Amino acid sequence: MARSNKPIVWGPFAAGGTLTAFLTPVLILLTLLAALGHAPDLLAYDRLHAFVGHWLAKTVVAGVVFLSLWSAAHRLRITCYDLGLRADTAVATIVYAGALGGTGAALLYLARI
Amino acid sequence: MSRKPYVREMTWRWIFRHPRYVRYMAREFSCLFIGGWTLLMVWGLKQLADGPAAWGAFLEVLRSPASIVFHVLALAFAAYHSITWFNLTPKALPVQLGEEFVPEGVISGAHFALWAGLTIAVLYLAGAF
Repeated sequence: MARSNKPIVWGPFAAGGTLTAFLTPVLILLTLLAALGHAPDLLAYDRLHAFVGHWLAKTVVAGVVFLSLWSAAHRLRITCYDLGLRADTAVATIVYAGALGGTGAALLYLARI
Repeated sequence: MSRKPYVREMTWRWIFRHPRYVRYMAREFSCLFIGGWTLLMVWGLKQLADGPAAWGAFLEVLRSPASIVFHVLALAFAAYHSITWFNLTPKALPVQLGEEFVPEGVISGAHFALWAGLTIAVLYLAGAF
């Protein structure tokens, strides 16, 4: 059977698509409430710092960031192709590197919390 | 491989040839908002790590008019992505019981119900109401 790296790329995309479908709208709603001046209690510094300070929350946040960024990156890659940008290898390298870079940055910040 | 392969010209104009293509692209463009919002949250993690003053500055940026516009658009695109995703679940996860397949509406409906439950649970646990 021919070797392919497609499952590695596509697995996190499908997982991230499902995760963002279930979770992203309500999370955006939370920061929208904060943007409108009605920040939920959880977004107060002391509560959020204590919440994200727990190792389990850190793991979940890191996972959500990675899967959200990866699925967005993969969709952006396909969209670039659909829009006529045929330099797929370059596009794929840039978007996946961006997703991994964003995840790496999130891990560094989480380690400091 | 022929020596002079024909490469069909490809532009972005096909999007507007059919309403279905516009809807498809609207779903695909949700990635810009979901990815952009996630990066905004990564910056929020940095501000949270930097201390109360930095976190306060982050909340201040969230309250800017540009941020409000971005959030409204992001929420609309993210919700549209969710709806299209759950509408596709009967195709991706067909469930067979005995001879019969479970009706499509039941599978997507279960996803929509779970989505609604999760949304209310997160809002409640975050102290939004």
